Amino acid sequence: MNDLLALPLSYLKPLGFLGELIIILLKIAVVFVVTLLHVAYATYWERKVIAHMQLRLGPREVGPFGLFQPFADGIKLFFKEDIIPATSDKPIFYLAPVIFFVSALTSLAVLPFFDGFVVADINIGLLFLLAMSSLGAYGIVMSGWSSGSKYSFLGGLRSASQVISYEIAMGLSLVGVMIMSGSLNLTEIVRSQHASPIGVFVVPQILGFFVFMVAMFAETNRLPFDLPEAESELVAGYFTEYSGFRFAMFFLGEYTGMLIMSSTATICFLGGWTLPGFVTNALPFLNIVPGIVWFLMKVYFFMFFYYWIRATLPRYRYDQLMAIGWKVLIPIALANIVITGTLKIMGWL
Amino acid sequence: MSMLPQLFFGYFAAAIILMSLLVITRKNPVHSVMWMLLLFFHIASMYLFLNAEFIAAIQVIVYAGAILVLFLFVVLLLNLKDELETDRFIGSWPAGLLVSVAIFVSLAAALKSLVLGQSGNFTVALVQKITHTKALGQILYTEYLFPFEIASLILLIAVIGAIVLAKKRMRSH
Repeated sequence: MNDLLALPLSYLKPLGFLGELIIILLKIAVVFVVTLLHVAYATYWERKVIAHMQLRLGPREVGPFGLFQPFADGIKLFFKEDIIPATSDKPIFYLAPVIFFVSALTSLAVLPFFDGFVVADINIGLLFLLAMSSLGAYGIVMSGWSSGSKYSFLGGLRSASQVISYEIAMGLSLVGVMIMSGSLNLTEIVRSQHASPIGVFVVPQILGFFVFMVAMFAETNRLPFDLPEAESELVAGYFTEYSGFRFAMFFLGEYTGMLIMSSTATICFLGGWTLPGFVTNALPFLNIVPGIVWFLMKVYFFMFFYYWIRATLPRYRYDQLMAIGWKVLIPIALANIVITGTLKIMGWL
Repeated sequence: MSMLPQLFFGYFAAAIILMSLLVITRKNPVHSVMWMLLLFFHIASMYLFLNAEFIAAIQVIVYAGAILVLFLFVVLLLNLKDELETDRFIGSWPAGLLVSVAIFVSLAAALKSLVLGQSGNFTVALVQKITHTKALGQILYTEYLFPFEIASLILLIAVIGAIVLAKKRMRSH
């Protein structure tokens, strides 16, 4: 429970310390490698899905069915020339992609992938996720400003106001989940969800789920809310001036962010690694399937949803984006808090 | 080994002072904001060190995630070329330094007669057991409900004030 707080204390135990450290390092290595592989194939899968939705074939030249395409892309990015604009602010230009990528990767530490497997099982897991996503905004704003280019700067400004606005809606939409589960610990949220009659929070928290889904697209700067990188107006937005591996860090960070948002939605609304009790009661053989399978299937569903929306909806105008955030999502989320709180006091939840 | 808490505190206290100095002495206001970001994270670590994990998270979300980004917004829209040529401090800064040193000396002198307050029901062990978020929520919404509501009312007035100011400007155009 108190891993984060127990960390200073664990130094006092000379025997157990080395073992604990090795376990934590191993867990970090596993999560890191698996996530980066997922990121690599999320790009491949996205290109395939969108290609088929547009009646094309997508990548198919590198390896069977184009399966080695992500590695070819990665190798190409590694060996590209790293160009630094003369008008850029060097220290911040170097720092910005690192902040963006690290804040995305750090969020992985608190996600419970299946029962008992989490790098840091802290009490404030949900708040930690929100804190890290607000840190990621700095990477975007600073990269936009430090590039010394108008397109980057406008992209950075757009992104800053977008991320701040939708962070409020996202935080408020999760309050209903906090009320229902009575905890901020992500493992506890999944457990209390499993213990609830329906087994998932998406049914009683349908309003919160809706707000979270919309805010999720805006927070990761994906279509239909990808105004910070709107290529028809801003070339590529905040990372226009980045090349080579610095560009790759933004790219990896964006896809890691999508995976984290999908995982958060899975954990908070779809029951994480568990299936609802009535399903496993009706079909008992499902109990032998390990929890990680259900977790990944739910995450893949959200990732597919990202691609589906990208292939379906056009980009919103900027004032429409702001109006949706402030005049629709925040009032709905506030109403959801009032409704959930009232039901909780009445004892119906 | 029991020196470790002191080492932790020593590092964070020294780093916070150093970063505060860096924030006010940088020529480039954007660099000041970046040092301030690091400063906020160190303050959050201090809260964590005091078993106040909820306040640590709120420190990062509210101060680093919202207030500092708004600072950054204003700073980014400044004309940086002019800003880099002006002096960091106004002419009367020695007077300000004198006042702050005087306050520091009097506070340091008063430290001798410091009396620790009565410790309440919430010991470190109890807070760790029921989690800090729950402890804070319980006490905030029962014992300190009235001051909490007054604070919310003050914030609400500030919000309404900002809207009224913005509306007035829109009408005059």
